[in-house]
Amino acid sequence: MIDYDKIIPDVVKGIKPSGIRRFFDIASELEGVISLGVGEPDFPTPWAVRKTAIKTLEKGKTVYTANSGLIELRQAISAYLNRRFKLEYNPKNEMIVTVGGSEAIDLGIRALIQPGDEVLIVEPCFVCYGPLVELAGGIPVSIETKEEDNFKLTAKALKEKITEKTKVLILPYPNNPTGAVMKREDLEPIAEVLRETNIIVISDEIYCELTYGFEHTSIAALDGMRERTLLINGFSKSYAMTGWRLGYVAGPAPIISQMLKLHQYAIMCSPTVSQYAAITALNECDDEVKKMAAEYDLRRKLCVDGFNRMGLSCFNPEGAFYVFPSIKSTGLSSEEFCTRLVNEYKVAVVPGNAFGKSGEGYVRVSYAYSIKHIIEALKRIEMFLDSLKK
Amino acid sequence: MDTLLGLLKQNARLSNAQLAAMLSMTEDEVAAKIEEYEKAGIIKGYSVILDEEKADKDLVTAFIELKVTPQPEFGFDEIARTVMMYDEVESVALMSGAYDLAVTVSGTNLKEIALFVAQRLSTIDGVLSTATHFVLKRYKEKGIFIGAEAADERGFVSP
Repeated sequence: MIDYDKIIPDVVKGIKPSGIRRFFDIASELEGVISLGVGEPDFPTPWAVRKTAIKTLEKGKTVYTANSGLIELRQAISAYLNRRFKLEYNPKNEMIVTVGGSEAIDLGIRALIQPGDEVLIVEPCFVCYGPLVELAGGIPVSIETKEEDNFKLTAKALKEKITEKTKVLILPYPNNPTGAVMKREDLEPIAEVLRETNIIVISDEIYCELTYGFEHTSIAALDGMRERTLLINGFSKSYAMTGWRLGYVAGPAPIISQMLKLHQYAIMCSPTVSQYAAITALNECDDEVKKMAAEYDLRRKLCVDGFNRMGLSCFNPEGAFYVFPSIKSTGLSSEEFCTRLVNEYKVAVVPGNAFGKSGEGYVRVSYAYSIKHIIEALKRIEMFLDSLKK
Repeated sequence: MDTLLGLLKQNARLSNAQLAAMLSMTEDEVAAKIEEYEKAGIIKGYSVILDEEKADKDLVTAFIELKVTPQPEFGFDEIARTVMMYDEVESVALMSGAYDLAVTVSGTNLKEIALFVAQRLSTIDGVLSTATHFVLKRYKEKGIFIGAEAADERGFVSP
């Protein structure tokens, strides 16, 4: 008999499964659950994009592309980044088309981190950064953000965590799960700190098209930051293309060329059909993106108002499609709140601590659902709160 | 169309408080705006979208194509007004193309509708011909799916 426990490396065994998974299991065993739990758009991919994919298949364009992706797609990405964020990246050597933003994050971490390096992770955040850093032998160092700072990273908090071992800062804004954003004036002091270091920023901007009332700024657009930033982006959230698995990274050629080797050996190239479809997304879907964002904005305001009304104070998120109400007034932990809510009132939301310790006392509520669905879920949550008071 | 009207079109039972939250307005402003639309005749009324089959098993609906001779001076308006006065008639619209008026009629059985068309509609002065199509099943009405909604394939929770 093989003792599998002995052959699996400790670092792999040590990785905790996502805290989100457990809630999925609970929710799927119950009848009549409605969810505000998912992290993906409820819109279908724009029709023009789907049509391109169909045509691509009809024409039999089903072979590998260049490792770093179709040049036409990289050119379209380059034009998009310039048009939207005033960024300039050479499609030839400063860009890789990846399997979702997730792969780009993984490549970036593996290309930059050697054992003992410290990686600053702004929390609460998406669940993948810490485990990927650990796999690369790095040491994840949390920077906890707070509601009183609107869950923004402050220069002070950043400075406190920088040591001579700090190699990378992971900057995930607009943020999942808080919906917090970093505007230009918030990024300036961060850039000010970083410009004097050799720290590379992995800026996860996957929600860049979902900001409300202002235009997203990439940290790479600030003076002196392009040379120290890996810009991560993708098609999942902006164009409702989660299942197409397509993202990209743009950054300085010396890092990109190293990442490309990892991509080449692990992935070869991103899915060809998705790549052709993505060209259409970038070139023809600005209006659809705006329409989806406008719809999210209505729901966002409905949720913020709904939670504040029922007495769960909810900071005003200006990005992504999540609200992050505080449940501290209930006296329950995030896990207790979510477990009881789903068991007793059949609404699934995600405990804030699944996104880092600083998420304790909060829950993540996704508003990638229809208004009708959100209203019903809010009603049930309010009934749950009433039941706690009795 | 303005966002307020768009939201009401999807669901006229949203409360003023909910509308106010979504539109960054006060409840009073929402109420005033709705009243303004009502007075201007932009909002003509509020109605409910039913799954007719579930609500009333005996209800039969027909879609009738009317070809008519336009009247001097009044064009199609005079005939359309005559048609719309019947209680059985749910909607009347002037169409481009192969026929002139599209009329929806409801009744409790096929015979009742057939008789209504034969005795009331086709006898109106200027009506040249009618073609009656009975509705067998509704799938979508005013943007709302009738019958089972498509399942959310996204599962309950994801990162």
